[in-house]
Amino acid sequence: MDILVIQILNSIFYAAVLFLISAGLSLIYGVMRIVNLAHGTLYALGAYVSAWAVGSVFGASATGSWMLAGQLLLLPIGAIAIAAVGAVIEPTLLRPLYRRPEEYVLLITFGLLMILEDVMKLLFGGTPLSAGSIMDSMGSLRIGSLFYPTYNLVVILVGVLAAVGLWWFIYRTRFGVILRATSQDRRMASALGLNVGRVYVQAFAIGCFMAGLGGAVVVPAQAAVLGMGVDALILSFVVIVIGGLGSLEGALVGALIVSVVRTAGIQFFAEIELAVLYLIAATVLLIRPTGLFGRA
Amino acid sequence: MPTVRTGPTLARVLAVAAPAVLAFALLPRVVDLYQTELLIYGFTFAIAALGFNLLLGYTGLLSFGHSAYFGTGAYTVAFIVRDLHVHSMELCILGALASTLIIAALFGYVCVRHTRIFFGILTLALSQVIWSLAFKFFWVTGGTDGIRVPRTGITLLAGLMDFKGSGSYQRFVYSYYYYVLVLFLVAVAIMWVIVHSPFGKALQAIRDNEVRAAFVGVPVRRYRWIAFVISGLFTGLAGALWVPLNGLTTPDILYWPFSGEIVFMTVLGGFRTFTGPIVGAIAFNYLKVYAVASSQYWQLVLGVVLVVLVMVLPSGIVGTLKRLAGKLGRS
Repeated sequence: MDILVIQILNSIFYAAVLFLISAGLSLIYGVMRIVNLAHGTLYALGAYVSAWAVGSVFGASATGSWMLAGQLLLLPIGAIAIAAVGAVIEPTLLRPLYRRPEEYVLLITFGLLMILEDVMKLLFGGTPLSAGSIMDSMGSLRIGSLFYPTYNLVVILVGVLAAVGLWWFIYRTRFGVILRATSQDRRMASALGLNVGRVYVQAFAIGCFMAGLGGAVVVPAQAAVLGMGVDALILSFVVIVIGGLGSLEGALVGALIVSVVRTAGIQFFAEIELAVLYLIAATVLLIRPTGLFGRA
Repeated sequence: MPTVRTGPTLARVLAVAAPAVLAFALLPRVVDLYQTELLIYGFTFAIAALGFNLLLGYTGLLSFGHSAYFGTGAYTVAFIVRDLHVHSMELCILGALASTLIIAALFGYVCVRHTRIFFGILTLALSQVIWSLAFKFFWVTGGTDGIRVPRTGITLLAGLMDFKGSGSYQRFVYSYYYYVLVLFLVAVAIMWVIVHSPFGKALQAIRDNEVRAAFVGVPVRRYRWIAFVISGLFTGLAGALWVPLNGLTTPDILYWPFSGEIVFMTVLGGFRTFTGPIVGAIAFNYLKVYAVASSQYWQLVLGVVLVVLVMVLPSGIVGTLKRLAGKLGRS
């Protein structure tokens, strides 16, 4: 029974991280019709930046609740840094290509993936980087006869807040209306006097911010390592394919489905756990190409 | 019935191709062992890119899952050598083509229901199924260690040549060079015939305007499926030829970044031309080998090359040379 509770908490924790990454990827696709292959790598970069910032400001032996508060406040710096990177990438690398076939944009993001992978190696070295001191000083909760790290609950909370925040942002603010208008008909939005170029930069930066936030919240629980972005990208692909490309609700439901299947898979069918996920994605794409929540 | 002349005449093709073939045949006498080996790698990747370009350049479908067929070919050879104890390379190639045919026919049947970005994601997702199976079923596939395919376990030309004993490495590289070169030329010839056949013209019609192609009676989905299978077979052949040279097959060649590399090669050479993927694959191989040798940040080098290529030279090496030649010819 206790194990079941822990497993459910684990899958929600995992879903929260996946949702952060996938929501960003989905937002960028929804508004700009770009599949950003470097998105997973931006998530990894966010994890590295946060871990590096926490480590270099507080050192390895930070204790006490003030220190902890400081570390937690410093953690989102990865998200902000990645948003800034996104705001630079869009106007310089992506904008010149919008008039060309979409294959070229895809290739640019693949090139960007290769560049960023090595930039991480160059800046942070080959050794894993972690902000585990946060996790340690937050201790753990008792669930029945077992223990569960308190920090994981923080991540779940961040995931829920991000989902609510994004929903409010997209459906309840003026900027959200502009974003949705641009996503539905770019030329019409432009004809009505919207600055589409600016909307694109903002959408791309927000999408990158989400990826960076995913990395920032995950790094106290799992160390940042090279190659983590390439794996994460494919899983968030699976998420948005199941949920529907460009749909926020879809990203949420997709993240939950993927993480439940993964948690169950590791327990019961470890060998084909990944294959099952890809097959689910392929099946959804075949039967409902727009995903569970997508609109055509 | 009057015949419509499409494409260059046979005489003009031979005038270009014959010197190139002669140069390739004489090269191992000029360059050293290592360079010969690099050229073999280049040829195998060229076969893969040539197959890939039947989809991208001629049918207008961007596959991001061609690692699946390269890997299927490679792993089939490894299984045949290890488990069936068959050493004849010809039998290995036939086996690899058969298994690639099955996988490509199955995946293609599913994938051609979509085009554009959905096609790309679907090919990617399915290729990752194969990758995760190779990765997880380690007692069959060796997991990340992969499967060794030693050149001593391979014989060429129905057992006429084997590579045991002293000096076998040198003998292997020189004979394998001509072996791969001949298969490469056959592959190029077959592809040339395909893209200049009525079938190839129909594919280009589908690429340019799907609706019109359907109106004039082209069975769009079936032709896309056939193109997909042919494309997969070429890439599978490439994988099969690559294994004995590399001596090892690992899940890396099934992972999606390798599919990205095949796309990279094709765009580097130029996907709007027939020879583009060939030039691109050989050039990419040199680029990668020298980048890896000269810097631990070789991915950065390749990434920058790709970004600059897409921004500045979107028509690739061959496309750009053709344009330059056209300008010179006019002035």
